[in-house]
Amino acid sequence: MVGGGGLLSWLSVLDRKLWRDLWGMKTQALAIAFVIAGGVSVQLLSTGMLNSLQETRRAYYERYLLADIWAPVVRAPQALLSDIRGLDGVQAAETRIRAGALFDMPGMSEPASGEILSLPDIGLPSVNQLYLTRGRTPEVDRSDEVVVLESFATAHELQIGDTVAATIHGRRARLVIVGIGLSPEHVYTIAPGEIVPDDRLFGVMWMGRQALARAVDQDGAFNEAVVRLSHGASQAAVIAELDLLFEPFGAPGAYGRDEQISDVFVSSEIDQLRTMGNVLPPIFLLVAAFLVNIVISRLIAVQRAGIGLLKAFGYRDDEVGWHYMKLVAVIGLAGLLIGGGLGIWLGREMAIMYTQYYRFPFLVFNADPRTYAIVIAVTAAAILGGAAMAVRRAASLNPADAMTQPPPPDYSKAAGMGITRWHRIDQQTRMILRQIIRWPVRAALTVAGVAASGALLIGTMFFIDSMSVMMDGFFNVSNRYDVSVSFVQPRSRAAYHSIERMPGVLAAEPFRAASARLRHGNLEERAALIGSPPDPQLSRMVDAQYRTVSPPPGGLVLSQDLAIKLDVEAGDMLEIHIAEGRRPVLHVAVSAVTTTLIGSGAQMRIGDLNALLGEGDVVSGAYLIVDPDQVDTLYNALKSVPLVAGTGLQALAAQNLDDLMQQNLGTAIWIYTGFAGLIALGVIYNSVRISFAERQRELASLRVLGFTVADVSYILLGEVAFLTLLALPVGAAAGTGMAWYLAQAMSSELFRLPFVISLSTFGLAGALLIGITIGSSLLVRHQIQRLDMVAVLKTGE
Amino acid sequence: MSTPKAPIEPMEGLCFRTRGLTKTYGKGAAEVQALRGVDLELPDGELVVVLGASGSGKSTFLNIIGGLDKATSGEVFFRGRDIGHASRQELTQYRRRNVGFVFQFYNLMPSLTAWENVALVTEIADNPLTPDAALEMVGLKERQSHFPAQMSGGEQQRVAIARAIAKQPSVLLCDEPTGALDSATGTRVLEALKTVNDTLNATTLIITHNAGVAAMADRVVIFADGAVREVKINTNPKNPKDITW
Repeated sequence: MVGGGGLLSWLSVLDRKLWRDLWGMKTQALAIAFVIAGGVSVQLLSTGMLNSLQETRRAYYERYLLADIWAPVVRAPQALLSDIRGLDGVQAAETRIRAGALFDMPGMSEPASGEILSLPDIGLPSVNQLYLTRGRTPEVDRSDEVVVLESFATAHELQIGDTVAATIHGRRARLVIVGIGLSPEHVYTIAPGEIVPDDRLFGVMWMGRQALARAVDQDGAFNEAVVRLSHGASQAAVIAELDLLFEPFGAPGAYGRDEQISDVFVSSEIDQLRTMGNVLPPIFLLVAAFLVNIVISRLIAVQRAGIGLLKAFGYRDDEVGWHYMKLVAVIGLAGLLIGGGLGIWLGREMAIMYTQYYRFPFLVFNADPRTYAIVIAVTAAAILGGAAMAVRRAASLNPADAMTQPPPPDYSKAAGMGITRWHRIDQQTRMILRQIIRWPVRAALTVAGVAASGALLIGTMFFIDSMSVMMDGFFNVSNRYDVSVSFVQPRSRAAYHSIERMPGVLAAEPFRAASARLRHGNLEERAALIGSPPDPQLSRMVDAQYRTVSPPPGGLVLSQDLAIKLDVEAGDMLEIHIAEGRRPVLHVAVSAVTTTLIGSGAQMRIGDLNALLGEGDVVSGAYLIVDPDQVDTLYNALKSVPLVAGTGLQALAAQNLDDLMQQNLGTAIWIYTGFAGLIALGVIYNSVRISFAERQRELASLRVLGFTVADVSYILLGEVAFLTLLALPVGAAAGTGMAWYLAQAMSSELFRLPFVISLSTFGLAGALLIGITIGSSLLVRHQIQRLDMVAVLKTGE
Repeated sequence: MSTPKAPIEPMEGLCFRTRGLTKTYGKGAAEVQALRGVDLELPDGELVVVLGASGSGKSTFLNIIGGLDKATSGEVFFRGRDIGHASRQELTQYRRRNVGFVFQFYNLMPSLTAWENVALVTEIADNPLTPDAALEMVGLKERQSHFPAQMSGGEQQRVAIARAIAKQPSVLLCDEPTGALDSATGTRVLEALKTVNDTLNATTLIITHNAGVAAMADRVVIFADGAVREVKINTNPKNPKDITW
């Protein structure tokens, strides 16, 4: 019986009935509540997380004065700072020194690379401030003191007072850690050219201005200006002014936050959250509304006699209507509470997960009141809307009609009954088919609900397929090297050959990279122009079918994303402004446009590029295949070569990407898969349970006639099994569409999701739905076994 | 019944024999004693009318001999076989092979036509009549492709009878078969039952409130307070047409 008998005595009689009705259908009510909870928590999670991330980013950038514009330059006199500050639209500006460095970390054979940034010798910078979590900034007169980025410190267990051996500008130095901190420039820290962060392999440090200037021969000069804009200033205008100002000093071109690597990743994450938030919660809430509608209208049909009785006693239509509305409201409220709790809990967990990759000083999951208001309003609209029709029908029942036994439903007039007259099928199967044909809308809603959850399953699991194809393409087809080595500056072939001859190197391939601005008409994009051998083996551009696309003599291959941004096609001419060395302007024909899955690129033959640049036969670095037994020897050798500016380790990159997928994507996918499963459970269980309630009499009659529990189960469960089977292809089609949409919507500048769904994804989604159908059926089969034949048959309806 | 372990009682010519049959529902204060020791013998092939007030135990008795319910204590034998101690599966088989039921509220499958409702049973029976023959016997051959919603109450009840007899049951159990019908329709239903009893020689039990129906019976059993008060043998049963009620 119902718990809380004492409590019940406080309720009106009708409310007691409500409470007992609810208790009687508690499993069903819970199943609906869980579907609602799924919608509520997904909505809360996605909008709340989006809100938290955006708000935290805004506050962090604002408080720690993140630059709006970064303007790198080869070497410019410090005196230029007052000119920069005098530019229209510049609110604050700083000059600084940024230098690449190699770190020799104890206990780690792989070479770690990173960069060192200068801090003003006196006072705080007016742009890009540090958030010190421990320690202090370097003293003016100490040239060896540094602040270390917290993620790097944590990865190496570095403490205040520890020392780190570094190679800066080809010189070895011992650096003493005096502080550990975070920076708004490094929310997402990733080595140039890498696709996943590795806190062990890439570090950032901050040194005093004078100390760093001496180390890299920049006394009285700077190699980067960072600028904050005044409110309403035009970024493009200030960038143009800066480019003009820096022109004589060798500047590759200033850029805004939209090209600042950390913020690009954060923005991409925010965009993805927004897309997910636009797609998934509406599906959940729509299905919840469907479910509430089906369940309530069928529940009311089962309760006909009770409604008639209430009205015969003199309860008014609105009282009866309100009574059933309250029943729905209680279920909705339960869904809201479960979903709210679940959403907040998941949000907090997700925020913790985010902080592993996105280093904010704090990231608290915090859905604003507006989010809650939206969630409540949408849920209320969905469930009350879903119930409104059914409740109105109940309220308008004529009491006399409601209390008499309803005539048997008429099967003679339903369209499509003809096919069920086929005499080769047995009567049980005929009953199943007629039940479906007689109530096509009900059947369609069940199919739609199951299909929606199938689509959600496929739409979310698609990410795993897509990402593995992307990874396979990137690591096994496009970039087949083990280690990439880049030089401090372009070097002669001799330098390349010295790398090629290092211990453990099995094969090597040179490359030339030059930073450039690509122009076509008024459109301009910054990109690295890569020169590679005529038939590259270790690093190459491939098309969507994974065929190598090699640049022809004198031609240029462009990745599709760049081609779209620049509005060029194969055959068009590009104007290329090389941003280093003699800074020539080249005119090169685009020979082919190709799809790249990760990153973008512009590639030429190395001979052609060098000829155009006029710097002789030089290389910027090399891709290497390495003997696995000799990697450590090679790493140690590389650490001691002054010309090496950085290294990239593919195996670790692949591992990191895999970890990232497992953790971030994996968790999200399991959450969504779980919710999709909940929807399926809600739809299927309710559908079977209500069918059982409606058809108890028929089923009991069959038992009396000598049909076994299995025979009777076939009639009841055959219907839902049939509908589930029908829903499978519909769900597969809808899931494919959803995956296609998500592949388009979630692709960003950083990567393009290939539209691939593996057979196992379809299989897994199908198996899950079938499993849920079987599970729900077993629950109801238990009820069939306990069916009281006598009680059911002796009474009228 | 096919329970090899069940004791077989010599019951020449008897369809049912019960001894000390009791049935108690509920516990404690809510306890209701529906049967208080029923001893009864019913010969094969007879048409038996069971009379009694509401709560006299007649329906409970019918449910127990029909294999729908189990007695609390006592013995029930069907043609010498103990059905009082049969398992649920054995009772299902017992109902499937031997018993035809007719209820007050027809309990037809609304999604099946008259013919299909009958075929539902013939498909699982061992030696059934054809659905056509069964419908013919209750005079509904021409309505065979109608759904329950398209038939009157009397017609629906006759389909229910056709369904019950199609398996050629040894026993036909009818609980208030005319309870929901007017007298003219009721008479037609009783005629159908009489025809079936004559043609198939199935032992037929009809529970009714209506004492007039007793005139058509070979034997009349009167229940009161959970026990058999009286058994009357009727040597000259009337035709249902001649009964007034």
